[in-house]
Amino acid sequence: MEYTTLILILPLLTFLVLGLLGTKLKPFTAGCIGTLSLAVVVLLAYSTAWQYFSIPRVDGVHAPVIPLNFEWLRFTQYLHIDLGILLDPISVMMLVVITTVSFMVHVYSLGYMHGERGFQRYYAFLSLFTFSMLGLVVATNIFQMYIFWELVGVSSYLLIGFYYTKPEAVAASKKAFIVTRFADLGFLIGILLLSYYTKTFSFEILTSGDASIFTGAAGTTFMGCSVISWAMALIFMGGAGKSAMFPLHIWLPDAMEGPTPVSALIHAATMVVAGVFLVARLFPVYYLEAPDVLVLIAVVGAVTSLYAAVVACVQTDIKRVLAFSTISQIGFMMVALGVSGMDGHAGLGYMASMFHLFTHAMFKALLFLGAGAIIHAVHSNEMSHMGGLRKYLPVTHITFLVACLAISGIPPFSGFFSKDEILAAAFMFSPVMGVVMSFIAALTAFYMFRLYYNIFWGKESAHEHTPHEAPKFMTLPLVFLAVVTLFAGFIPFGKFVSSNGQEYIIHLDWSVAITSVIVACISIALATYFYRKANPIPDRLATTFSGLHRAAYRRFYIDEVYLFITKRIIFNCISRPIAWFDRHVIDASLNGLASMSQWVSYNIRGLQSGQVQQYAYVILFGTILILILVLI
Amino acid sequence: MELHMEYYLVISTIMLFAGIYGFITRRNLLAVLISIELILNSVDINFAVFNRYLFPEQMEGFFFTLFAIGVSACETAVAIAIIINIYRNIRNIQVKNLSEMKH
Repeated sequence: MEYTTLILILPLLTFLVLGLLGTKLKPFTAGCIGTLSLAVVVLLAYSTAWQYFSIPRVDGVHAPVIPLNFEWLRFTQYLHIDLGILLDPISVMMLVVITTVSFMVHVYSLGYMHGERGFQRYYAFLSLFTFSMLGLVVATNIFQMYIFWELVGVSSYLLIGFYYTKPEAVAASKKAFIVTRFADLGFLIGILLLSYYTKTFSFEILTSGDASIFTGAAGTTFMGCSVISWAMALIFMGGAGKSAMFPLHIWLPDAMEGPTPVSALIHAATMVVAGVFLVARLFPVYYLEAPDVLVLIAVVGAVTSLYAAVVACVQTDIKRVLAFSTISQIGFMMVALGVSGMDGHAGLGYMASMFHLFTHAMFKALLFLGAGAIIHAVHSNEMSHMGGLRKYLPVTHITFLVACLAISGIPPFSGFFSKDEILAAAFMFSPVMGVVMSFIAALTAFYMFRLYYNIFWGKESAHEHTPHEAPKFMTLPLVFLAVVTLFAGFIPFGKFVSSNGQEYIIHLDWSVAITSVIVACISIALATYFYRKANPIPDRLATTFSGLHRAAYRRFYIDEVYLFITKRIIFNCISRPIAWFDRHVIDASLNGLASMSQWVSYNIRGLQSGQVQQYAYVILFGTILILILVLI
Repeated sequence: MELHMEYYLVISTIMLFAGIYGFITRRNLLAVLISIELILNSVDINFAVFNRYLFPEQMEGFFFTLFAIGVSACETAVAIAIIINIYRNIRNIQVKNLSEMKH
């Protein structure tokens, strides 16, 4: 399967071509080049998946395939960084997800970004992002993953700040970059710790389940935890930053300043699940060597999920609702990984997490693209400017409804199957976790239908012009993703991806399934009652619990806490003294040197008068002096 | 009265130092140029004298003198041209005023 290298090379080439020749091409031509090259990549990825899963299992396991691997940097005899391509069930699954969503976004953007300034630049950045994300998932070793991880961060930064004339977009892109960079600091330290003790970067060796490679770290503890636990926790910190886990989630809602298709691709379907993918990739290490960190992951996931779901219930910007819903759903995936075991039925959580990643990518991309079509129609992100749009946007309406039903977990939509597995896994771990996750699932259904009714039903607000359905380029991806969302749940996912590689047969846990469906239906009914027609109850509730409402609307003041910590504490107590030292000690000593040499040269400049006669005079007397000295 | 070589050398030394003195102290470009001519001529005398008294059967000293006179004539012509141009530009040929090219 050597042709998988092309999957990486094509988007990179497209990026170079569009980036260097972009301004010479017509916008539409540039868009077509990007889209067509991605279409080829999609085909290659599908064929890779087909070929990979048709290789017969060895000992019941789909063995990893490494079509390309070469040494890039060698530090010591053992420590070297390789670049290569690793195909195993999860990376193949990610290849399919990324290329599909990216292709849909490429097609959609032909319509959505039509006539924008910098259209070619936009497609160049999309290609760069696709390249780095694909490189991330096929990485053979943790360092290659880190390289592409940073590339993904850069392309996300570029795309959030695409409208660089808008101050909010620039601020949002900087915020995203700084927060994720901060998290990546932890990731890098984690990588260094892990590789220092295990003497390897390679995923294959790390996840082989061979405990002997960790013996180097045995007995080394720091603050009561083993050093491997620390390393894995720090690596998780990197994942938490990219996946917007509490409290590093603050960049994701602001990232919605970018173009909406970008939000669909990067901040909903692909990049933000990189953290989940990272944990899944290193899952055997977490499970065998650092089970305490796995509990931490579950708790962080649950807290994030709950927090984001509550905040999503009161936001009024539709893209922010979707952003918080994304955070919440990624929390679900993290919980599923955190509660998962390794073998047999205990590996349910792992499988469910990957399954949810797959289905979520499809329906969340659909939701964002739908939101883009709505914004395209009414030129606003605010719910209050919408309402009653179902008459004007029939295709968007139906596809959006499909996605809402899927995320709420209504059968037979795909979200039901994956979310149900997560809930079952959570109940298996502990009933408390199960109840909490069920409650969050109910909140999910509530806020999604609050969004849906506020957009498509309710009171119609005055529009600048009659909203119109989006062009074909935009509706086609919507329909395609809606169809995928309808049927993806029936994929026998356990056959392809599971924690130990063995085939996993999904059994629906009927008691969990039925309760979750009932809970979701109640939430939807509640949302219908509140928001379908103008109803005073939500406003009355908001005034009754005004404190809670305002706190949730302001996202529980997490941003303010960050500002307080950075501005008041770090800037005032650390940066200011350092700046003073810099200015008054380091700069001052150098300035002193400069002014001293200036003073000296000012005083001896008379020697260089430029008067030839004076020079001749000096030469003459110099010669006489030397003569006298020599003769005497 | 026999003319000794030292008489010529004394004169040429006086001329040389007069030239150097003039080169250092004069403030007028033409005077400086004349001083340079004095220095060159003193050297020419030396060439001729050394040739005449020390190596009378050879001619190199005389030729070199002629050669030096030719070169100094060219040099004077160029220098005069420069001085005339300076005068045309700034109406002055005092050395202390010629700081145009210093910076």
